Amino acid sequence: MLDLSDYGTSNFFQILKRRHPDLLATLNSSDGVSNTPVTESSFRHYEGTTVLAVVYDGGVVMAGDRQATEGYQVGERRIQKVYPVDRHSAIAVAGAAGPCIEMAKLFQVEVEFYEKTEGMSLSLEGQANFLSHLVRSNLALAMQGLIVLPLFAGYDLKRQRGRIFKYDAVGGRYEEDDYYAIGSGGKDARTTLKKRYNSGITRQDALEIVAEALWDAADEDIATGGPDLIRKIFPILYTITEEGVSDIPEATVEALYQELISRL
Amino acid sequence: MSTPYYVSPDQIRQDKEDFVRRGIAQAKEVVVLEYRDGLLMVAENPRKTIYKISEIYDRIALAAAGRIAEYEALRVAGIRESEIKGFRYYREDVTAKWLTNLYSQHMGAVAQAWDAKPLEIELLVCEVGMVGAETSSGLQGNQIYHIAFDGIYSEEEKYAVIGGRATEITEILEQHYTDGLEMSAALRLVTETFQAVEADVDTDDDYEITPHTIEVACLEQGTERRKFRRLSTEEVTDLLS
Repeated sequence: MLDLSDYGTSNFFQILKRRHPDLLATLNSSDGVSNTPVTESSFRHYEGTTVLAVVYDGGVVMAGDRQATEGYQVGERRIQKVYPVDRHSAIAVAGAAGPCIEMAKLFQVEVEFYEKTEGMSLSLEGQANFLSHLVRSNLALAMQGLIVLPLFAGYDLKRQRGRIFKYDAVGGRYEEDDYYAIGSGGKDARTTLKKRYNSGITRQDALEIVAEALWDAADEDIATGGPDLIRKIFPILYTITEEGVSDIPEATVEALYQELISRL
Repeated sequence: MSTPYYVSPDQIRQDKEDFVRRGIAQAKEVVVLEYRDGLLMVAENPRKTIYKISEIYDRIALAAAGRIAEYEALRVAGIRESEIKGFRYYREDVTAKWLTNLYSQHMGAVAQAWDAKPLEIELLVCEVGMVGAETSSGLQGNQIYHIAFDGIYSEEEKYAVIGGRATEITEILEQHYTDGLEMSAALRLVTETFQAVEADVDTDDDYEITPHTIEVACLEQGTERRKFRRLSTEEVTDLLS
């Protein structure tokens, strides 16, 4: 129902503050946590990750390793860090595993809910902006060390290309044109991507450099898991194109790594 | 003790409809029509500062006939909700169809309330399409939604008319409207139609449609984010000369 009670208020900020405080960056004591920032969380949680996205001609690849760490221990070997959102987008998360998965789930539900209630899908940039509000709503937890940093990628149907968005802890949203990697091994992955990336690469090229970037990240970063040839655990890869989101079969990922290892 | 009484829902609806029809019958008309570069909106409105056509959002405009006080609140609420939605998601996610649903729900609820008088207004929610919409299925074309006082709405194509003599004007447009009109030709078509209707009604009164008696605005395809533009009396004079 349309609320006509705000008639006469030309101050948009006041309207948001009163009716949609979730859209404004604030930190209230009512959030249930102290406002004192901490550098290290006082309780143990899973973290450590490399997730990345690479734009290629006709789409974008999004991928992530499978390992979660708890301090110096392996917490989980088969965790999923990349989730399809709608038919043309996916989210990857880095940070404290619990809140990360929760946010990815909530985000997916929100986007689907929008699509069903409105009868049309939320634009890629609309999804990216909405995610930025979700990240910001986690600010209080982030200050307690439970940070959630997503990487968001998708195929923009209107602009006919793959797009990547990265975020900072306070919800700042930044678009990357070619590729990006986040998480504890993100920097190592980015180094590989920087050396190997060319704009206009094919899907196969993209899959290969994604596999290599994840390999290098796992090689340098103790919190990133590499391909586990004994347990047959491999990174999860998705491609997103005009046709939709599709996961790369495990056999294909294994073949990518066999080929990579043979070149080493 | 008061005596309980029964009135059939049919009767209630009919009463409300008659009531609104009498109000709307006096309302001056607004025409929205597609022209080569977008949507042109023309209202018979001699007033200088009270508008019947207004900007809602980047690609969306609202045209209204009926009681100003009643649609004014809806206009402002539409702007507010659009801004909130665009801020939360993305500007392109604010659509005429969404806004139409919002208005429709509100007007429907008011019309059905037993203790409220239905709104004596009719609205046209218009959205200019994207460049290349004719050829690409991913892009939306021009949209015009007509919302009646009870919230029932319909999707119109090429042109739509609201106001007292909407039927007469639509009949004339049906005969003379053609696709791909230049703005000046589209404007002339509307003013001539207004003039014809005026002449028809007041035979002895020589009321004339001039640039001073109409309000003109357009939603024009272009590179600017805000597609809405109000045309000054001078511009209208130039276009009609």
